[in-house]
Amino acid sequence: MGGMKVLVSRLVQAVMVAILIGTATFIMMRSLPGDAAWRIAAGRYGYDNVDAAAADAVRGELGIDGPALPALLQWLSDLARFDFGNSLVSGQPVMDEIVHQLGASASLALVALLLSLVIGPPLGILAGLRPRGMLDRVLLVASTGVKAVPQFLMALVLIVLLAVHLRWLPAAGHGELRHFILPGLTLALGLAAVNARITRDAMARIADMPFWRFAQWKGLSERQTLLRHGLRNVSVPLITYLGLQFVTLVEGVIIVESIFGWPGIGHALVHAIFSRDVPMVQGTALVLGLGFVIVNSAIDLAVRRLDPRVAG
Amino acid sequence: MSSIDFRTTHRLPLSPMRTVGIGLIALVAAIALLGPVIVPGNPLAQSLIKALAGPETAAPLGYDHLGRSVFHRLADALRLSPVIALAAVATAGAAGLVLGTLSAAKGGWIDRIFVMLADALLALPGLLLVLIVLAMVPGTALGFWAGLSLVLWVEFFRLTRAATRETLASPAVQASRLLGFGPAYLFRVHIWPEIAPMMLTAAAFGTATAIMAIAALGFVHVGMRAPTPELGLMMVELLPYWREAPLALLSPVVATFALLLGLTLLAGSRET
Repeated sequence: MGGMKVLVSRLVQAVMVAILIGTATFIMMRSLPGDAAWRIAAGRYGYDNVDAAAADAVRGELGIDGPALPALLQWLSDLARFDFGNSLVSGQPVMDEIVHQLGASASLALVALLLSLVIGPPLGILAGLRPRGMLDRVLLVASTGVKAVPQFLMALVLIVLLAVHLRWLPAAGHGELRHFILPGLTLALGLAAVNARITRDAMARIADMPFWRFAQWKGLSERQTLLRHGLRNVSVPLITYLGLQFVTLVEGVIIVESIFGWPGIGHALVHAIFSRDVPMVQGTALVLGLGFVIVNSAIDLAVRRLDPRVAG
Repeated sequence: MSSIDFRTTHRLPLSPMRTVGIGLIALVAAIALLGPVIVPGNPLAQSLIKALAGPETAAPLGYDHLGRSVFHRLADALRLSPVIALAAVATAGAAGLVLGTLSAAKGGWIDRIFVMLADALLALPGLLLVLIVLAMVPGTALGFWAGLSLVLWVEFFRLTRAATRETLASPAVQASRLLGFGPAYLFRVHIWPEIAPMMLTAAAFGTATAIMAIAALGFVHVGMRAPTPELGLMMVELLPYWREAPLALLSPVVATFALLLGLTLLAGSRET
């Protein structure tokens, strides 16, 4: 498959994602249980201050009752022009709010990813160099155990242990470097459990190949063999896997941000769904979905660069 | 730990890990199903005078902050999310199987449309889809079932489609076709034995994913609503009282972990 063809298929995926989210959020708008106008008015003015007049004002402003098909086409054409409209709750343009939150989420995700890469792959390489050794067995048990811990449970354990019991770190908050540690570690441990296994399997497979034995036989130390012949080979499955983990990471970000009160896109999404702020839901969902496509396109290209066999 | 190659082993090998997994699931199921029979009690009955009290015969795991028996709430919660998860996995598995086989057998536009749809869904975080469906469908349990089915069918679809394509191109199937056997026979004799073991792995992973999703959304207050006993909701309710009643918080935590670990071990060593 040529590089262009990869990009075209990713582009098709991106368009499908946009249509899917656009239609889903449109149906969501139409089929909200209860009176959407009342809900939105309550979101704006508070539940105690809503009356029929306020709800009618919202209804007129947003055109909530109209024929479905033209409204859907209008909705999707707005989407195609990247016009996400205004948040139903804050009245601010959705684009502005998302740009604001995306930074907080991206920095958290990046910290988590880097932490996981510091923890997982080195352990995986060490375990893979000595298959069935002590470290390999311990790592298998540990990673299986950690994989069975959902992110919210990991957050709970870390909060109780590090924040409440030992009082080392703040349980919630945003702005300082130390606020990154707990949410970052929560996400990183889950990612590292899988990273380590992927690296371990790749390392064990490569260390069993004839070229590896030849490199050692010609007199390279284990360290030299690893640096010259190992790392690049191990990185290919690892990087491919990081692309797939992006979804896990985003899912984790949604949960972890809600738990630690992190002002990012996942937190905003949960709030938007809670208050039926459909334009916000559409905007955040679209950013997350397209983010996946972009990250994976970049990874497709990076893998072709690292591993010429794929390109051929 | 060598990974199990499902292509060559049609019968499921019972590795030690799988045995431990089945044991853990059986243990949790026993608490959920037999627990309330052995120690009768009401998961919703409050007795504020007993709030956060320790274990006693009527409530083997003590009481929560509203004086409700943690044991009976846990038993209820351990029936609720697995039942929703299994229903979603059954629906998703059936849909994925039918559409995957159809896609592989027909090819052309049908194949392309389903693959595009599956790819688009794959790009979206599962929790996001579940949240959107929850907002549209009245009734939280129904919403979870619909949302999780929508998320989980993709995996079954992809597995079935890939295996079916490969099998349909094999000489054995060509021979069967030449002998005049119909699609139903081909599916039963050639395709199903190939995909059945993969289906079990995918089902175990899917069940674990679904249980995690229900608990995670409960934990951040956007899933099941109080006073329904649900694993994530119980944990977040009991978290502020963990110093006074550590056992009450530990019970749902340990039960959830055991259940998920059991399902992960049952699924085998395929990485997710």
